[in-house]
Amino acid sequence: MELGDVKGRSPWEDAWHRLLKNRAAVTSAIIMGVMVVVVVLGPMLSPWEGDFTDWDHTFSPPSFATGHWFGTDAVGRDILVRTLEGGRISLLVGLVATLVSLAIGVTYGSVAGYYGGYTDRVMMRAVDIVYAMPFMFFVILLMVVFGRNIFLIFVAIGAINWLDMARIVRGQTLSLKNTEFVEAAQACGVQRRDIIVRHIVPNLLGVVIVYATLTIPQVILVESFLSFLGLGVQEPMSSWGALVNDGAQDLESAPWTLIFPALVLTVTLYCFNYIGDGLRDALDPKDRL
Amino acid sequence: MAMLEVRNLQVGFDTPEGEVQAVRGIDFDLEAGDALAIVGESGSGKTQSMLALMGLLAENGHASGEARFRGRDLMKLSPGELNQYRGAKIAMIFQDPMTSLNPYLNIEKQMIEVVMHHQGLDRREARAHAIEMLRAVRIPDPEQRIRQYPHEYSGGMRQRVMVAMGLLCEPDILIADEPTTALDVTVQAQINQLMAELRRSSNTAIVLITHDLGVVAGLCDRVLVVYAGRVVEYGTVEQIYYQPRHPYTRGLLASVPRLDAVRGAGLNAIPGNPPNLLDLPAGCSFRQRCAEAFEACGEEPALRDLGDGHLSRCHLEPEQ
Amino acid sequence: MTGHAGILRHAIQRLLGVIPTLLVLVTIAFFLIRVAPGGPFDAEKALPAEIQANLNVKYHLDEPLVQQYLRYLGQILTFDFGPSFQYKDWTVNELIGEGFPVSLTVGGLAMLLAFVVGTVIGVTAALRQNTAVDYGSMGFAMLGISIPNFVIAPLLILLFAVFLGWLPAGGWDWSLNRMVLPVITLALPVIAYVARLTRGSMIEVLHSNFIRTARAKGLPERAVILQHALKPALLPVISFMGPATAGLITGSVIVERIYAIPGLGSYFVQGALNRDYTLVMGVVIFYGLLIILLNFTVDMLYAWLNPKIRYDEKR
Repeated sequence: MELGDVKGRSPWEDAWHRLLKNRAAVTSAIIMGVMVVVVVLGPMLSPWEGDFTDWDHTFSPPSFATGHWFGTDAVGRDILVRTLEGGRISLLVGLVATLVSLAIGVTYGSVAGYYGGYTDRVMMRAVDIVYAMPFMFFVILLMVVFGRNIFLIFVAIGAINWLDMARIVRGQTLSLKNTEFVEAAQACGVQRRDIIVRHIVPNLLGVVIVYATLTIPQVILVESFLSFLGLGVQEPMSSWGALVNDGAQDLESAPWTLIFPALVLTVTLYCFNYIGDGLRDALDPKDRL
Repeated sequence: MAMLEVRNLQVGFDTPEGEVQAVRGIDFDLEAGDALAIVGESGSGKTQSMLALMGLLAENGHASGEARFRGRDLMKLSPGELNQYRGAKIAMIFQDPMTSLNPYLNIEKQMIEVVMHHQGLDRREARAHAIEMLRAVRIPDPEQRIRQYPHEYSGGMRQRVMVAMGLLCEPDILIADEPTTALDVTVQAQINQLMAELRRSSNTAIVLITHDLGVVAGLCDRVLVVYAGRVVEYGTVEQIYYQPRHPYTRGLLASVPRLDAVRGAGLNAIPGNPPNLLDLPAGCSFRQRCAEAFEACGEEPALRDLGDGHLSRCHLEPEQ
Repeated sequence: MTGHAGILRHAIQRLLGVIPTLLVLVTIAFFLIRVAPGGPFDAEKALPAEIQANLNVKYHLDEPLVQQYLRYLGQILTFDFGPSFQYKDWTVNELIGEGFPVSLTVGGLAMLLAFVVGTVIGVTAALRQNTAVDYGSMGFAMLGISIPNFVIAPLLILLFAVFLGWLPAGGWDWSLNRMVLPVITLALPVIAYVARLTRGSMIEVLHSNFIRTARAKGLPERAVILQHALKPALLPVISFMGPATAGLITGSVIVERIYAIPGLGSYFVQGALNRDYTLVMGVVIFYGLLIILLNFTVDMLYAWLNPKIRYDEKR
């Protein structure tokens, strides 16, 4: 047989091709790309400041004539700009808290999985214990006890979300540990730390990417949840959750104050979930038929 | 008219890369009490052809051709009609006894449902019959063991249960798909012996799917050699073992380890790999691996009768 | 039955594992509250020193922290969460007794709804894999996961209470029509998760060898699904009941607030905003206990349904 037409195709290229075939994921990724650009640049281009109160137009419905495309709230603030500015906070929380949970989870999980034995048992038992806690209640407690501040939100959410990541990474590490290339490295006398950094972590990348993508919407949701309860970000800062909370108060008189932030939040979560799903299907060829 | 007549059986699978032609026209006849071996490498289509007549292809698979069982074409039956044959007239047992039994149901439940459904026995009768069957396949203490779950049985015992389950309704045909591949050598011999005995005592026809010519001789009378989805040689066990005509069959025979082989002679593996079923080359599909290939092989040979019902799909003359 | 001894041992092992979890739960809750800046009584205005001292004695706030901790642990063992700091004449037990039945009713109904509807959708989608039914219900499920319940709730109120006027917008009087919207709101995301989970595991089971065996036996498709596929397909769904409960409890905080339901979640948020230490701790521990016990029950159920665990534990 001729070997001429056999091109090397890395698993990453394979995954990339599978991902591009997933229409829901690609569409979602495009929407999110646009969303990020608009959220970052939008407020700078808008004629309104987020905290500007337009007393001539309080509770004005969406209209191009007034220049308030999404309408205004009770004190005449522009819903569009507030939604975009809230989006900055929500997306930032999503990103930062995910990175926090990523850093803790990957380190913890790969160490537990790689060292194994007693270390592993103790470390994972600890995870089990923390896992059984009513986690949202602790976040609320933290907010109450230490006061609301955005840094604490990052840390609190990130520090609690790492549990799943640690479990997944540990499981993956355990199975990687017994592969031949790791055994080969051990046989060559490569140090443990170097094996973890050079051989284990790069091979964990697939799962970690998938899981991180799915963590982002979770984190955004938690932040919105806190903000909705009035325990998240404080005025004049805003987030989507806080805006939905505001909007829910004026539900009957000014439904647009609820609907626009709620829509943007939902679309974002929807898209992230689809991207995560698509990545999982692409990177985990197990259930290809 | 034979009990089972299979004509031009074809199976294809739709994959993202295109259509895989797993089976490209297989024909054979089976009479009551026959024992036929279907031999070939993995991927030759031997299993898929049998799954096709049982209506058990994967969702992306499709089959065509005819499979007349006592005059009814199985390929044209609806799933409901096919269910009157599956398990009752034609039973099939599978390669991997560890996963082929439902781990969540005990053996009793899995056995009695067959007879309750097909023969309308009540629970007590069905249970008595199942115990009797387990005893026939030499499961010790069947009254107790029937209540156990599959994981409480060893691999060989599970395959015996599968055989017993297949024979519950006294089928006319038992299709065994590599029934011993996953088992220890000693257990393999026991299962084969069991099937041989059951064939003699109940006149059930057996279709044995295997890649191992070694196990065929003791159990079967006739052999169908399949390569790349087609029959390449067909004959009695004697014809296939002592006068193999197709170079592929000869290769298969040469690759069976023998105790009387010259020390250090090594095994004779067939070089190369089976062709890509997504994109079959023109001409004889064995050409690329065949040491005796010549110009004529650029054209697909027909299945020729060499006399005494011995068929071979090769351009080589019998003298060679 | 052969498996009972195995299950019993499994149960004892799991119960022993619950103890450290509980201890950590109580400890974290206790110290977190105690290190909090601002006690319960200095929130509004400085009280006269005498009164403050009396209060401290009454609530043992003058003792060393370790002693307070041990005292609290002792109380917890007798299921006594002490008096509320904020609701003067109430004990935490009484407050939990007031709020929990309400939360349990809403949560229990939501759980029931979620698992029944979720599994039905999931199984249907799996059996019609890659058809419009499948895509439709999975798109819907993804939406259910993505829409936060604090978005769903106002929208449901807007539609069913404000525009259509079919159902009340909130409040609580134990009548069924006040339960409809809260239960649906709470159940929706769980329905979505259960549906996705069920579909996935059902598809996996349908591809397994033992299903092929069942089909080869000539059983009607109904029997293949109901007797062979359903049980293994539902096992992952059963183990999801633990996390689902935790999710429902969290969700109840939101739902009770939006629909003005006097449940435990409302007490918790109020307690948290008032720095009502004993109440907040009581609720956290109570819910923690509930989640742990539920996980334990689910674990047992799982073991009981899975003959393999029964067997392994026996050895």
